[in-house]
Amino acid sequence: MGELTLTHFLVLSTVLFALGIFGLLTRRNAIGVLMSIELMFNAAAINFVAFTKYVSPEGLAGQVFTIFIITIAAAEAAVGLAIVMLIYRNFKGIEVDKINFMKW
Amino acid sequence: MNVLIFYVLAFVAGISALMVVTLKNIFHSALFLVLTFFSIAGLYILLGAEFLAGVQVLIYVGAITILMIFAIMMTYQLSNKSIRQVNEQKGQATIVVLLFFLLSLATVIKTAWPISDASLPERNTFELGRQLLSTYVIPFEVVSVVLLVALIGAIIISRQDRQEES
Repeated sequence: MGELTLTHFLVLSTVLFALGIFGLLTRRNAIGVLMSIELMFNAAAINFVAFTKYVSPEGLAGQVFTIFIITIAAAEAAVGLAIVMLIYRNFKGIEVDKINFMKW
Repeated sequence: MNVLIFYVLAFVAGISALMVVTLKNIFHSALFLVLTFFSIAGLYILLGAEFLAGVQVLIYVGAITILMIFAIMMTYQLSNKSIRQVNEQKGQATIVVLLFFLLSLATVIKTAWPISDASLPERNTFELGRQLLSTYVIPFEVVSVVLLVALIGAIIISRQDRQEES
């Protein structure tokens, strides 16, 4: 089977990122969109950690930035779900293609 | 052995990510999201980032997905099967995603990455904490302010406006 290389991880994160984009484009439910965004965050984080191990292990810069990514993802989820709640209260539904009150 | 573990984890992560974006029931999607996050935590251990694996389980599995499940429970009518979950852009989205995937796959495989011979520091978590509070102390403080602002913002956004209702 050979040795585990950087390319293995990069291909996996490409797959996850592509699936995240697919979900982002096709989901009608706002929470589904948020879940796809979380998938894409994770794909980027895998890249950072893999690069830390294989390209620049000295300073652990990639792992530090993965911690920042996780923090920002938590903040994004909190604000995003608060907005979803507000939309639900005002529109009685969270289908993103129905929320077009800014269209004129 | 490591390669075998990688393939198992990658398979689980890929299949459950596919489930997350395609399943009809959004609640099941959230449960598959948990499985994806767990296998990504396994990948972090494989990459020598034990602390990040722990953080992944605590924050993603323990907090973010639970928050999502709460939001689904409060907003989505689970019994109402007639609500469509995907919009009519499925065909175009598939084409775009496939093109993006092939392009970035080609880039990933063709690029000659500058692989380093050095290995990770012996005490990985120790080194991570030291870096976080020495080299990266300013981004660390900024990100904590961002988190605080986001949490206050979330409370203000979702607060009921009492004057408006009465």
